[in-house]
Amino acid sequence: MEILGYRRPDGKVGIRNHILIIPTSVCSSTVASNIANQVPEAVALPNQHGCCQIGADHVQTVRTLVGFGKNPNVAAVLVIGLGCEGIPIRETAAEIEGSGKHVEVVVIQESGGTLKAEAEGLRKVSELVRKVAHLQPEKVDLSELSLAIECGGSDFTSGLASNPAVGKAADLLVAAGGNVILSETTEFIGAEHVLAGRAKSQEVAEKLFKIVNDCEARAKYLNIDIRDGQPTPGNIAGGISSIEEKSLGCIYKAGHAPIQDVLEYGEIPIGKGLYIMDTPGQDIESITGMLAGGATVVLFTTGRGTPTGSPIAPVIKITANKRTYTMMEDNIDLDASSIISGEETIEEVGHRIFAEIIAVANGRRTKAESLGYKEFGIYKIGSTY
Amino acid sequence: MKKQAVVINPNDNVATVVDDFPVNTIIHFYIGQSEHSLQLLQDIPLGHKVAIQEIKSGEAILKYAEPIGVATELIRPGQHVHVHNLESQRGRKDK
Repeated sequence: MEILGYRRPDGKVGIRNHILIIPTSVCSSTVASNIANQVPEAVALPNQHGCCQIGADHVQTVRTLVGFGKNPNVAAVLVIGLGCEGIPIRETAAEIEGSGKHVEVVVIQESGGTLKAEAEGLRKVSELVRKVAHLQPEKVDLSELSLAIECGGSDFTSGLASNPAVGKAADLLVAAGGNVILSETTEFIGAEHVLAGRAKSQEVAEKLFKIVNDCEARAKYLNIDIRDGQPTPGNIAGGISSIEEKSLGCIYKAGHAPIQDVLEYGEIPIGKGLYIMDTPGQDIESITGMLAGGATVVLFTTGRGTPTGSPIAPVIKITANKRTYTMMEDNIDLDASSIISGEETIEEVGHRIFAEIIAVANGRRTKAESLGYKEFGIYKIGSTY
Repeated sequence: MKKQAVVINPNDNVATVVDDFPVNTIIHFYIGQSEHSLQLLQDIPLGHKVAIQEIKSGEAILKYAEPIGVATELIRPGQHVHVHNLESQRGRKDK
């Protein structure tokens, strides 16, 4: 099957054609958004970090920003720094440029302050618009698609209906040769043995057990209880009683394919098939990690209802809770409640979701896109100093 | 038969109700292919779990054929199973 996509210089394929403005630190985020507000083709990341981070935390933030720049939904990039932040501005830009994209740099302290930096940035973004905005999508094989799967605001319908239906769509994409990424390590707790049984090798199974053990150990080290935050109050009101129950419902999103590998947060998979990424259960940080890892479209199941979008990728929202769909139709793309009422099977809805992925790849706007939702949040793994 | 609750796996000892049901309602559901019914001993809100077997204190509560926590008291068939009588075993600072 073919879809429409933008072939990038590194050979990867995107389904959107954004010009991305990346502030390397929180200190350049305002200038970044001021520039993006003046150019319809441009979007800025609302970066809240980028300075006074050390060790693995610093490395992860750089990996995430570079991953966003390299994401195939991005046609060209403006990197904008303050000038004195911990994230290396020109090295970050150079690493993105390694993918063959047009990349420009503005440094506020070198430009001579906010207004001059905005003028310089606007001029550079206008040049990028002339270079890439005219690009037309071409026919590409469906296997070029990379799908991130997410669930948020889960309730009883998530594990029962919408997650298994997304699992069917994920299986269809893996069968077609595409990539699928399952994340949210917190929501493997209590279900890791089920997932590990599908690992490609013993080594991959052990990596999976390790990320879950590490997740629990971090909470224990801080003398805190994961139960205080998981399940969330909304999950509990919706009938979910424990993290184990939430996890066992959550993993249905990943269908039945073998697990190829366990990725670090924001790591780009090398091969095709189903991958696990080590991210927190928090939706925005989880999706941010998967998009840094090269995902180009997101399937997002919800029970309670959620508006989340992304600056660079379409997010397709699905609920199997009829009341939620009725209440939040503005935000939710697909109604899967027919599974609960018995009018459609999980398989049938899975095919319907798959058809929606194709339509969105071919240009249909999701509700989160049309409402302008652009959430972005980097998972911090250390203190800021 | 209109299905009022879902038993995901025949090994489960709880069912998930698909509507709000008041106490004393007799609900119908399938375990595998076989039809069952049960009188509710408490109100069960939409999406919440009801015990379909007696679960003793300390025994595992099973959904998806997997333990989702442990009963903190004797739970009789028809009783609501939720955070008041089910204790998560994972991510705890005390274990």
